[in-house]
Amino acid sequence: MIKLTNIHKSYSTEFTNLHVLKGIDLHIKQGEFVSIMGSSGSGKSTLLNILGILDGYDEGEYYLNGNLIKNNSQVEAAGYRNNLIGFVFQSFNLLGFKTAKENVALPLYYQKVPRKERQERALEYLEQVGLREWADHFPNQMSGGQQQRVAIARALISNPKVLLADEPTGALDSKTSEDVMNIFKEVNDQGITIIIVTHEQEVAEKTNRIIRVSDGNIISTDVKQNSHI
Amino acid sequence: MIDVDKWEEIFSTIGRHKLRTALTAFGVFWGIFMLVLLLGAGNGLGNGISNTFRDDAINSIWLWRGKTSMAYAGFKEGRQIKFDNSDYDYLQEQFKDVESITGRFYLGGDKNVTYSNTTVSYPVRGVNPGHKLLMNSIITEGRYISDKDVDQNTKVAVIGKTVKENLFKDEEAIGKQINIGGIVYTVVGIFRDPGSEWDMRVIFIPISTAQTLYAGTDEIHQIMFTGGDLSSDEMMQLEKDILLALAEKKGFDPNDKQAVGSWNMAQEYQQFLSLLFAINSIVWLVGFFSIISGVIGVSNIMLIIVKERTKEIGIRKALGATPKSIVSMILQESVFLTAIAGYLGMVCGIGILFLLSGVETEFFRTPQVNFGVISVATLILVISGALAGLIPALKAAKINPVLAMKE
Repeated sequence: MIKLTNIHKSYSTEFTNLHVLKGIDLHIKQGEFVSIMGSSGSGKSTLLNILGILDGYDEGEYYLNGNLIKNNSQVEAAGYRNNLIGFVFQSFNLLGFKTAKENVALPLYYQKVPRKERQERALEYLEQVGLREWADHFPNQMSGGQQQRVAIARALISNPKVLLADEPTGALDSKTSEDVMNIFKEVNDQGITIIIVTHEQEVAEKTNRIIRVSDGNIISTDVKQNSHI
Repeated sequence: MIDVDKWEEIFSTIGRHKLRTALTAFGVFWGIFMLVLLLGAGNGLGNGISNTFRDDAINSIWLWRGKTSMAYAGFKEGRQIKFDNSDYDYLQEQFKDVESITGRFYLGGDKNVTYSNTTVSYPVRGVNPGHKLLMNSIITEGRYISDKDVDQNTKVAVIGKTVKENLFKDEEAIGKQINIGGIVYTVVGIFRDPGSEWDMRVIFIPISTAQTLYAGTDEIHQIMFTGGDLSSDEMMQLEKDILLALAEKKGFDPNDKQAVGSWNMAQEYQQFLSLLFAINSIVWLVGFFSIISGVIGVSNIMLIIVKERTKEIGIRKALGATPKSIVSMILQESVFLTAIAGYLGMVCGIGILFLLSGVETEFFRTPQVNFGVISVATLILVISGALAGLIPALKAAKINPVLAMKE
């Protein structure tokens, strides 16, 4: 599903050249449930952005679902994001002026899905995250956990191959975090690859594989059973 | 095809920022509104002044008697220069090609005019046939003074519309006898004048009749020319030539400005045209700046809108929005807003001009506005609003969604 070979990425300013990723090799198979861990500045967020085609890379090769993702045009990138990838963010990133249903339906708008079908599918996915009755509420009328569930429904509606989550529980209490992680688990059971960036050990331990990133390198890719520091 | 979703997006954004929307819309509205009013006012002013000139022939030269201010050919200064029939004949001969010439003889004060039992006083003037062109008189019934009348000193009168109404009421006037200061005339014509009411209280009789019956003289008080379609330069030259010819005939210094008074309507008209040009220039200048300020207002707001929506744009991009869909979303909103506001400004401006269209004063009448000009101005505003939005929109579309979402 995802294959990274010798990925390098630097951010250069006028005075410094910050080498963030120093030759990442990573292979994630279809249907895996993976977490990426690392301290801040380790390069884990940059890695996730590259995986999400939100950011480019300097060297190496990235294959997503068999497509080489390199120097894509904005339109191509938008197409991949729309069709292959679903995003879940720490701060939910729902549009505040749209109802839960409208937020969930938004990716389908960019797929030019007819209006009626969008509405129906949005309700379906809200049902899946247990928020059907909240369809006509605005984000500011919902709790953090509910908002994140709406965001997950939104990420799933376009039927992506990969779900990328950047600190999805970072803004939630531990009980709510658990609910959200359970939803991820259910989604993963449907065969969707899930990659979660986190610094919380409890969250990482709910996944099947933990990839530890430090100083721009992958230092371990433990499988769950023997992942202990 | 109408994209319902896009419009829904636009209305929801507009609805979310009522004050900002109102301010933008007002800037555009005001720019167009003021432009319409200004252009209308400029036109109204022009129409008003054109109308005052409609009264008399635009190309006319007026000559009147004066006193010499320079000694010449053995005559001392201060000599009275008078016109008589021989001067008229001489000028008529000298300036055959000029459209018309007429003399005018005033009967001192108003004369009592009687028909049947009604007596009213009116100004009475002796004139030549050319006087009709000079005054732009319109004959509504009968005829004007003819050459034959002047040659034969006939006792005929052409009366103004007001005179006819006062004396004859609904009765037929042509062929009736009226008594002017004791002498009986036959009414041969009735005229209307595009100028004031006052001009239609006048009675014209043949100049020769006036000279002989009331004064026993061949004196003429004023001589006037009309130049037809001569240009104003040609009219200025004609005035000079006439004065030169008179100087020779009457024996005064050609440089003496006091010997014969003269007034050239063409010069006046020329001044009026340059005044009108100046007014129009100012109107356009002010209009131009009101459009510019509208454009700047719209541009500013567009910048703010894009800035405010950076995060939203980032989210949309992460969800698969193409740069094109981002740009068109922002542009459509701007075009929609400016078009509606511009159209409203246009309608209100034209509405006010419509209310004023009944106004008819000496200097201002029937303000109107060229619809095409206003439409183009509105279009310019809409397009520049779009362009103003385009630059920040393009920038927004290029934004890295990760950075945008961190805003």
